Amino acid sequence: MTVQLAVRDLTVVYPAPGGGAFPALGPISFQIEAGTFVCLIGPSGCGKSTLIRLLGGLQSPTRGQAFLGESVIREPSRRVGLMFQDANLMPWRTVVDNIALPLELAGVSPVARTQSALALLPKLGLSAEFAQSYPAELSGGMAQRVALGRVLIQEPEVLLLDEPFGALDALTREQISFDLMHMWSTGGQTALMVTHNIHEALLLADRILVLSRRPGQLVADIAVTLPRPRRISDSYRDDFGVLAAAVRAAIQQT
Amino acid sequence: MHERILPKPMTNSSLPPVRTGQSWSALAAQFAPALLLLALLAAWQIVVWLQVYPPFIIPPPLAVWQKGVEVIADGTLWGHIQATMGAVVAGLAVGLAAAVGLGYLIAKNRVLDHALSPLIAAFQSAPVVAYAPLLVIWFGSGLTSKIVTSALIVFFPMLMNTVVGINSVPTALRDLMRSMQATRWQTFSKLEVPAAMPVLLGGLKISASLAVIGAVVGEFVNANAGLGYLINLARSQYDTPLVIVAVLALTLMARLLYSGVRLLENHTLAWQKRDRPQWK
Repeated sequence: MTVQLAVRDLTVVYPAPGGGAFPALGPISFQIEAGTFVCLIGPSGCGKSTLIRLLGGLQSPTRGQAFLGESVIREPSRRVGLMFQDANLMPWRTVVDNIALPLELAGVSPVARTQSALALLPKLGLSAEFAQSYPAELSGGMAQRVALGRVLIQEPEVLLLDEPFGALDALTREQISFDLMHMWSTGGQTALMVTHNIHEALLLADRILVLSRRPGQLVADIAVTLPRPRRISDSYRDDFGVLAAAVRAAIQQT
Repeated sequence: MHERILPKPMTNSSLPPVRTGQSWSALAAQFAPALLLLALLAAWQIVVWLQVYPPFIIPPPLAVWQKGVEVIADGTLWGHIQATMGAVVAGLAVGLAAAVGLGYLIAKNRVLDHALSPLIAAFQSAPVVAYAPLLVIWFGSGLTSKIVTSALIVFFPMLMNTVVGINSVPTALRDLMRSMQATRWQTFSKLEVPAAMPVLLGGLKISASLAVIGAVVGEFVNANAGLGYLINLARSQYDTPLVIVAVLALTLMARLLYSGVRLLENHTLAWQKRDRPQWK
């Protein structure tokens, strides 16, 4: 399979407040094949979000390199869609205008981008009656769906998801995770998602990368062999329990 | 078996009656400003009847009304209003453009911020009345000195609001724009301007009133037209009714400008003012 994302000896070191160095990440190396869904799990502060920012081109590493296909990542790319823990919607733009923002920046005409955004609403699980609502009028789950729509509308090859559903309640989180899985399975993107939730990771991912405590290094690369499409009931399978135990053990050994 | 008796559901007929006291207080609140104005006018007239002060110090309300009608009819007031309004609008435009431009540069450039902030703080604390005579010496007694005075008084609060507004744009939204490869212009026009707009409009509301003060200060110091000049002239001739008419015209002008900014705010920040349905 074609490698879509790769990092080689990626290291991030910040200057410490009192002088000296503060190693935040790495060295870390791994690669992700095109069309696969990979989850990244690790203790808080181990550099997961830093890794996502590096792959998104928002930050430069101290050492090592990150690759998007064959190209070294030096700046953000339209081939990559980035979603953060907070929805980060612009409060002065309506739902449709928030979703259509990437197309607006790319110079797509107002009519075409509005049509694209409206067409995306049902797939996001949002009713058309919310098209002209403002972010302050939405629940947390709805806001994250809009944020997901803003990523998907640019049809990126790669999805970088930095714990996007972390702030949602358990039921909403489960539903939106399944909606994401459905959209990913039809879109065929390569996805790398940060999560703290082993259950969520097992339901979504083809592989789970476990990072150590700061500075985050790869301690386990666990293949999730559960058949697709997956359902909530899969969490009662024996092999689901075995995989969950393996992930938990890997986290505990960090 | 005993039948369980549930409480009757509340229907329209069983709802408590609407308290008429509330509607009376709402009505009173609506007419309170007009009633207060009438009370002030009555008090003014009583002071005049009691002859506490001579009429050239406190003229009767009717004399002010007649003076107002007279100067409106002969066009005198309108000419002075135009002169002041011209200085106010031009001063506001120049002051806003300079403050927003420099404020943006200061917000984006730390070196400029460190270099200019002490100077700005020093100039800001100097009262405009103190340096207005200097402006008249430098720019003459015509329109230019009034525009400069008005622009300067508008400049500092608007500059501060611009710096605060641009600096308050969330870093997460800046990252979002970068991740979507927004150009510098797109980040400015689609993120920084709308995000800073509530603070900018707050500054504009203050500036609209200050611009009137600036123009009048310029006219007080030395001018040959405008409401400030008219007040000075009328005062020197003990024409107190005309002073009051000019002051009222200035108040109305400042109020109109403020209302204009409020309208702009209501239109631009409609997203802040919508009634929120309970989806949450």
